[in-house]
Amino acid sequence: MLTHSILIALVFAAAYASPNAGSSGILTNTGDITVRFFEWFGNIFMFFVQLVRAAFTPPYEFREFLYQFDQLGSKSAPLVMLAGSATGVVVTLSTRDSLIRFGARSLLPSVVVFSIIKETGPIITALVVSGRAAAGIGSELGAMKVTEQIDAMEASAVNPYKYLVATRVLACVLMLPLLTLVSDFCGVVMGWVANISAEPISLRLFIHDGFKDVAFSDFLPSTLKTLVFGLVIGVVACFQGMNATGGTEGVERAATSSVVLASIFIILADVMLVHLILVFFP
Amino acid sequence: MRSDKNNQSGENNVTNDAKKSASPVCVQSLNKSFGAQKVLKGINLNVPRGETLSVLGRSGTGKSVLLKLIIGLQKPDSGSILVNDEDITKLPPKELNEVRKRVGFLFQQAALYDSLTIHENVAFPLRRHTDLSDKDRDKRVDELLASVDMDKDQQKLPAEISGGMQKRVGMARALALEPEILLFDEPTSGLDPISAAEIAGLILKLQQERHITSVVVTHDIQTARAVSNRLALMNDGQILVEGTYEEFHNSHDPFVAQFMKGC
Repeated sequence: MLTHSILIALVFAAAYASPNAGSSGILTNTGDITVRFFEWFGNIFMFFVQLVRAAFTPPYEFREFLYQFDQLGSKSAPLVMLAGSATGVVVTLSTRDSLIRFGARSLLPSVVVFSIIKETGPIITALVVSGRAAAGIGSELGAMKVTEQIDAMEASAVNPYKYLVATRVLACVLMLPLLTLVSDFCGVVMGWVANISAEPISLRLFIHDGFKDVAFSDFLPSTLKTLVFGLVIGVVACFQGMNATGGTEGVERAATSSVVLASIFIILADVMLVHLILVFFP
Repeated sequence: MRSDKNNQSGENNVTNDAKKSASPVCVQSLNKSFGAQKVLKGINLNVPRGETLSVLGRSGTGKSVLLKLIIGLQKPDSGSILVNDEDITKLPPKELNEVRKRVGFLFQQAALYDSLTIHENVAFPLRRHTDLSDKDRDKRVDELLASVDMDKDQQKLPAEISGGMQKRVGMARALALEPEILLFDEPTSGLDPISAAEIAGLILKLQQERHITSVVVTHDIQTARAVSNRLALMNDGQILVEGTYEEFHNSHDPFVAQFMKGC
């Protein structure tokens, strides 16, 4: 059932990703969709191979990587903090009533902390960064592509996969776990703030109660799975940007499809990773 | 006339040139298709060292594709492209990049990196491919920008300067690694007549001072006349006629005559 759902979602994603998706309706031709499905995945796989080859071949683009890392972190952090804080408040308020009803009010800190560090923190962070960074990368590379800047770079004997793509993908991969930690922290603190309006409790006690049953196997896999989310965001956004065609419309399409596809694939990846984590860390 | 000048000023470099290919750009039986559309059909071109060849033709005849094939941005379906006697269609990426370092390319819309300043744009290839110190690199960028009269707006972004100025900066960037070959894609398109004449003057100056072998793709017959030793007229993916401007001017071929009159 899970496999079927994922497959259907992938077909929709591939159909959406096609530049011609909007022109004749997505579901008008099953054969066409199948071709697009294999074509898109084949192309993104080849793109990924080129990216890996470029990333691991010297010389390395440390300077550009640090710039992209800094840009991604500094521009995404405020949004992630806001989203993390809001999530903490919502989780606390919505869980509190249910726990009181079942006579388990004392478990609130643990439920909030577990909920945030195991699922809501990582996924909310990934979706926020997907909206912020994937659109940015998709439109930036798309604009460079349609104005021949990427051709100019290649003509200058500079590998755009190494300079533009590898640096951005690596920045996404390494920044996501850090942003997730920021989001988790804001979520837990704001969960406490939301709780003290109904029940006065010190932050120290809230943290103590919340984390007393948390093991590394709860925290580490769910935080590190955001490495995969970062990879998804970076690869999808760079792929859509580098394959943009057709002027400003193409740039707009690259930006939009980057966000939509990255979000879909993050959710699909999350489903699979949660299953994997449960297998390896029962 | 122009060829004679080149020969005279090229005497000093005759020893060095003897070691180099007589035809830095040589295209043989080149074919290229996009899907079912055949864009280039068996193109043959030969550009002798130090000469400028202008490739003329109507829009959509495959002129820009030819330039992109010469620098390896696209792969041909068949045929060979010899750049300094190396067939770039068979080169692996690393060797292809070594060839590209000796070839400058001015794009139709200049293709300046819009997030970098004018100075950074010109410094980009130097930063990537030379070991110059920051001071020496800045000095070299100043010289390059001065050579195209763009040394005053170095800290501006490409979006803050005019199209003609962008082409000048693009030219400075193309010259940064002191290429032996220059490729110009519609260098004067979209420019007013004065800016177009200035760009043509710059191309001519480069040819006279540096004896760079150039291929200019254009549909502007006045630019082609000003900068070229020879012209080649493309139609329907093929080279229809090749010769000097005078030969084109006196041609009785109906298409050539129509093209010359139309322009």
